[in-house]
Amino acid sequence: MAVVLEAKNLEKRFKDFVAVNKINFKVKEGEVFGFLGPNGAGKTTTMKIIQCVSPKTSGDLKVFGLDVNEHPREIKQHMGVVPQMDNLDPDFSVIENLVQYSRYFDIPIEEAKKRANDLVNYVQLNDKKESSIDKLSGGMKRRLVLARAMINNPKLLILDEPTTGLDPQARHLIWEKLKDLSSRGITVILTTHYMEEAARLCDRIVIMDNGQILVEGTPKNLIKKYVGDHIIEAENTIEIKTCLEKNNIEYEVANESVEIYSENVPHITNLILKKCTSSSVTARPATLEDVFLKLTGRKLRE
Amino acid sequence: MVTFIKTWKLNFIPPFLEPVLYLLALGFGLGGFIESVDGVPYANFIAPALVSISVMNASFFECTYTSFVRMYYLKTFDAMISTPISIEEVIAGELFWGATRSTIYATIMLPVLLIFGIIKMPSSLLIIPFAFLGGLLFSCIAMCFTALSPTIDTLNYPSFLFITPMFLFSGTFFPMDVLPLVVQYTALAILPLAHVVIISRELTLGVYSISLLASLIWILAATLIFFVISIKLMKKRLII
Repeated sequence: MAVVLEAKNLEKRFKDFVAVNKINFKVKEGEVFGFLGPNGAGKTTTMKIIQCVSPKTSGDLKVFGLDVNEHPREIKQHMGVVPQMDNLDPDFSVIENLVQYSRYFDIPIEEAKKRANDLVNYVQLNDKKESSIDKLSGGMKRRLVLARAMINNPKLLILDEPTTGLDPQARHLIWEKLKDLSSRGITVILTTHYMEEAARLCDRIVIMDNGQILVEGTPKNLIKKYVGDHIIEAENTIEIKTCLEKNNIEYEVANESVEIYSENVPHITNLILKKCTSSSVTARPATLEDVFLKLTGRKLRE
Repeated sequence: MVTFIKTWKLNFIPPFLEPVLYLLALGFGLGGFIESVDGVPYANFIAPALVSISVMNASFFECTYTSFVRMYYLKTFDAMISTPISIEEVIAGELFWGATRSTIYATIMLPVLLIFGIIKMPSSLLIIPFAFLGGLLFSCIAMCFTALSPTIDTLNYPSFLFITPMFLFSGTFFPMDVLPLVVQYTALAILPLAHVVIISRELTLGVYSISLLASLIWILAATLIFFVISIKLMKKRLII
């Protein structure tokens, strides 16, 4: 498959602060590629460099084979952007927002109107066509921003936290649309704080922290590699911990509980119940969230 | 290159209302006590100043408060630069829109002043193209303030410390030559409105002098300088 985007030693500095620290990644055509990471990890900065709105400090970034610093206009012509914050124009109605935006791509007015109508349908805002932006709910605004990003029939769609703050219904609708767009061959790059979202949508993800890429892979493989199939949770008490250590079982402390990554759930569970504690022990399938917390730690990020 | 057409919906709250009020209050009210200024009836004397003030306000406030809202609160510029449009084009669009707004205001005012019979035709028609240039100058200056303002409240400083003195001391309501010579020269050196008033007045009175040319050169040079600076400053602020 063709490579849509390729970063080599991509770096972004703000004075003394290194926001993106020499990262390397490749996105292939038709892929859904996710960036995960705590706040301040460098995800949004990376998105902005890809969108050609924030110039890189050093390194190489090619989108559609073109350098982002040299050919921003050509790249942006084929890219759709859903920014972290909605920036719709409150002076315009739903449909006018789409038509106005299409002017920036030099789309002829008749064609623009046709596309705007199709897109309003696509994101299920047909009833709200003539509404002003103020009257839309958060989820509706998000859908409209997605529709706006599609107005130029992009080959690459960039979404910065597309579902943050949405209710489950709105979130599922966005997921459904993204899956549909991806199935039509559009390459999608997104950032998210929701592990479930990444696991459901993304073909491949990277986890970033402190401006660096920690790991890269498919959600499934990352879970398998870093956590294993299952997680067994027990109470975080001194007795249990000393008991686990005595039996050479590795564990991680997660606030109220201790977590044991394991491939062999019955064996470990029985062992703990028999030797360490009679209180509750639970087992559950491992998730991307476990990988995330293991790699980026549990300390709060401001 | 994509030329960028702005189609912002406009609120045409009649821009002629304010100058008409000024004209009635000052021109005919106060003017009753003032026979003439340099042989010109007082209403005729302030008419071009009122147009100039309108040109200044129309573009200056568009490119300060309104542009700041678009830039900072609505993130409109961010939305626009994620399309093939560049930041330079977005800002140039704002500046030209400010100038267009000035032109619209001046154009609406002309017939009103004509009805009062206090401007000469056809030379006053040149006010229309000149309003675009004057408007562009104030747009560019305004955009520099917008680029440098940390918050929307700090835009009050140029409004009070720059626009208000200019409104009063640019030969608007009394001729500048009553001021001390030092003040006159300072005003001519730093107050753009003074030059806009000089040109407008010569156009509406239909009397020309060499100062028209001097002021035109001053305005052209200042516009060019502030055009470049304002785009540079905005780029520095928005492209990080």
